Amino acid sequence: MGMHDKNANAPKRAAALISGGLDSMLAAKVVLDQGVDVEGINFFTGFCVEGHTHAIRKKDRSRQKRNNALWVAEQLGIKLHIIDVIDEYKDIVLNPKHGYGANLNPCLDCKIFMVNKALTQDVLDRGFDFVITGEVIGQRPKSQRADTMPVIARESGAGDRLLRPLCALNLPPTLPEREGWVDRDKLFGFHGRDRKPQMALADAFGFSDYAQPAGGCCFLTDERYAGKLADLWEARGVRDYDFDDIMLLKVGRHIRPAPHYKLIVGREEGENNFLSGYRRRFVHINTVSHTGPLTLIDGEPTDGDLVLAARIAARYSQGRTAAEVSVNVHHPSGTSSELRVAPLLPTELEPAWHVGG
Amino acid sequence: MSGEPSPHTRPTTRLDARGLLCPLPVIRTQDKIRKLKVGEVLEVVATDPGVLHDIPAWCRVHGHRLLVSEQRADDYRFHIEVA
Ligand code: SF4
Repeated sequence: MGMHDKNANAPKRAAALISGGLDSMLAAKVVLDQGVDVEGINFFTGFCVEGHTHAIRKKDRSRQKRNNALWVAEQLGIKLHIIDVIDEYKDIVLNPKHGYGANLNPCLDCKIFMVNKALTQDVLDRGFDFVITGEVIGQRPKSQRADTMPVIARESGAGDRLLRPLCALNLPPTLPEREGWVDRDKLFGFHGRDRKPQMALADAFGFSDYAQPAGGCCFLTDERYAGKLADLWEARGVRDYDFDDIMLLKVGRHIRPAPHYKLIVGREEGENNFLSGYRRRFVHINTVSHTGPLTLIDGEPTDGDLVLAARIAARYSQGRTAAEVSVNVHHPSGTSSELRVAPLLPTELEPAWHVGG
Repeated sequence: MSGEPSPHTRPTTRLDARGLLCPLPVIRTQDKIRKLKVGEVLEVVATDPGVLHDIPAWCRVHGHRLLVSEQRADDYRFHIEVA
């Protein structure tokens, strides 16, 4: 770990957790302005709202979207390391020691994991002297409470090498403050849900155009997404997932007529294109007589199930009011068959089949 | 440093990031570049349109030189000189 105390006069190195949102941006800036050598770290868990989903839906493609973490790094003039933690993060999602927040968000375990990971990240073979987060006591997620702050510091192994510049004045002085690496008088005592102090500080730094994510920083805080993930675990009888599973939960309508299979129906061209990348691994249906979505079938459908699936696919095609729609059912083995079906009537589609509400 | 022209104007290493969605192409680029020496050139090919924004931004943030940034019929191609 980053203890190069023999070099007492060299600038201290800090790893700033950068989510792409305002708070972590401000926290890094406050410390950077004190002459500390700050580098940004951004963790890609697979659940991040940032990044890829905008590339899937066509309507979002036209709007040039940026990676907010990279944008923040560029504004601050710091390096940013984006770390793939997809595999390691699984254990956090599946077995959070401190449990979940409102949905399937294991925020407290997640913070502990990220702080630990940042501190032990050897970028360019040099460690970091301390870690910076944008946490503010009393803010939204469960993890940001006065009593959880010491838990994160302790269980991450960072101890008092964890500095929260935005609420430091509400906490005991940390090592960087006691050693004079940063001046405590120039840190802040923000608390609660009021965002005005952060916005005022952003103004003072001249930041504009920063991202203001509506929910949390990841899909696990999203009720519908969490519903789909819980459904996946229940249907498979095992709490597990791989990267493709969690990507597919972000795309399409998920309809489960029976426990042993579900449909993933593309909602527009971008989603259909994305889903078509999975054609070789899933039974899938495309409509032939009418323009329609690509539908993947996840699970073990019987022939009878495939007829119902075809009727559902037809219901979401241009032929939804036609007497008959013809579809092709393709199997991963390469065989396919044509079916002519009556589109499912809206009244026949049970509301409970819609996964995630 | 001698006065010779840079020996690595052509890519010495390639990265196929086709089919990966952002930020994975950037992550793979970063991991690859970490193993290269200063002056070496990496070619990256990717399909997610997000790379058009993210790869140049990542290069700017790290000071690497983007020698080629090209949109082709089916993909995007970049040449990055390691700084
Ligand atoms: S919202 Fe997601 S990424 Fe953010 S702390 Fe909670 S679990 Fe972690």
